[in-house]
Amino acid sequence: MATGATNEPIIAIDNLVAHYGKRKILDDVSLTVNRGEVMVIMGGSGSGKSTLLRHLLGLNKPTAGAIRILGHDLTKINRKEMYKLRREMGVAFQGGALFGSMTVGENVQLPLREHTKLDDNTIRIMARIKLEIMNLAGFEDLMPSELSGGMLKRAALARAVIMDPKLLFFDEPSAGLDPVVSAELDELILRLRNALNITMVVVTHELESAFKIADRITMLDQGKVIFTGSVPEIRASTNERVQNMIHRRPRTEDVDTEAYLHRLTGQRPQA
Amino acid sequence: MECTVRTEGPYTIVALSGEVDLYYSPKARENILLHLNKKCNVLVDLSAVSYIDSSGVASLVEGFQLARSNKADFGLVGVSHAAMQVLQLARLDKVFPIYSTVAEATANK
Repeated sequence: MATGATNEPIIAIDNLVAHYGKRKILDDVSLTVNRGEVMVIMGGSGSGKSTLLRHLLGLNKPTAGAIRILGHDLTKINRKEMYKLRREMGVAFQGGALFGSMTVGENVQLPLREHTKLDDNTIRIMARIKLEIMNLAGFEDLMPSELSGGMLKRAALARAVIMDPKLLFFDEPSAGLDPVVSAELDELILRLRNALNITMVVVTHELESAFKIADRITMLDQGKVIFTGSVPEIRASTNERVQNMIHRRPRTEDVDTEAYLHRLTGQRPQA
Repeated sequence: MECTVRTEGPYTIVALSGEVDLYYSPKARENILLHLNKKCNVLVDLSAVSYIDSSGVASLVEGFQLARSNKADFGLVGVSHAAMQVLQLARLDKVFPIYSTVAEATANK
């Protein structure tokens, strides 16, 4: 397990409820993330991981509940405060989300050019330092379309940490990568955390990666938190759905005949 | 962040303390480059630095590059644990001349 966490919460989520239309996506989710901690959010497809991430980024407003990040209540924060808060947060999106019309170097420099008045030479050196750390030295003049999947992830990570954020969100770092590249990225995440003491929230469904980088893991299932704890604790959990997830067992669900027929036919059964 | 300057033997010592971050690193940069432009030999004292971000590290890189162009000496002295971790992340601990004390730097001159 990684080290370096203290008990001061950077993120505090209380009884979060979220809907898309009438469909409830997150149901009474409570969670804290401590300073310097790597918190991994796990769960199967449709479990609510991405929706939770969108709420933490302030992109969606919750139906109910509260989210505090770095001391700010996201349900009450105004636009100016949110802009300021986002300077303290870095995000590495699943697909990289680099601008295809800009070089790798320009992409990495962009947050500094948008948010600071640093000297141009300082900005260039800062971007090159981050590319060095990501083993992308010499790639700054390439276009994103010229990078491999693993390089794209690392370039996205370089851009996410260019402002030395206090808090980093990383969506599916291992998705689409071969096991070696994925392991290298995990090492990189831990080195960044240890050197810069960045608090990290990593969304993943890759078990091996989660077990390697996590201080604690929160597991979501059908929008509910079914487990939060350390790697040894999750391994020892007796919760059947947790064990299904970590042993890759398919779900067996009881079928509600009435509800199933209603979904297929659109008609309620006659009384 | 505090930035003080003193002379000790052949060196101008630029001593930084506290948090060298995006807001304060321009001041550190200005001081480092100012004395290097005066053709001084510069040591940057990082013993009281509790945090240095990549803008601070970039300022040190700029200083080192300018010193090399000027054929002046440049080094880091008393690097704190927090600063060393950031330097090591970028492998810059293998690039900068690093000394425990000013006396050690002077002895190596």
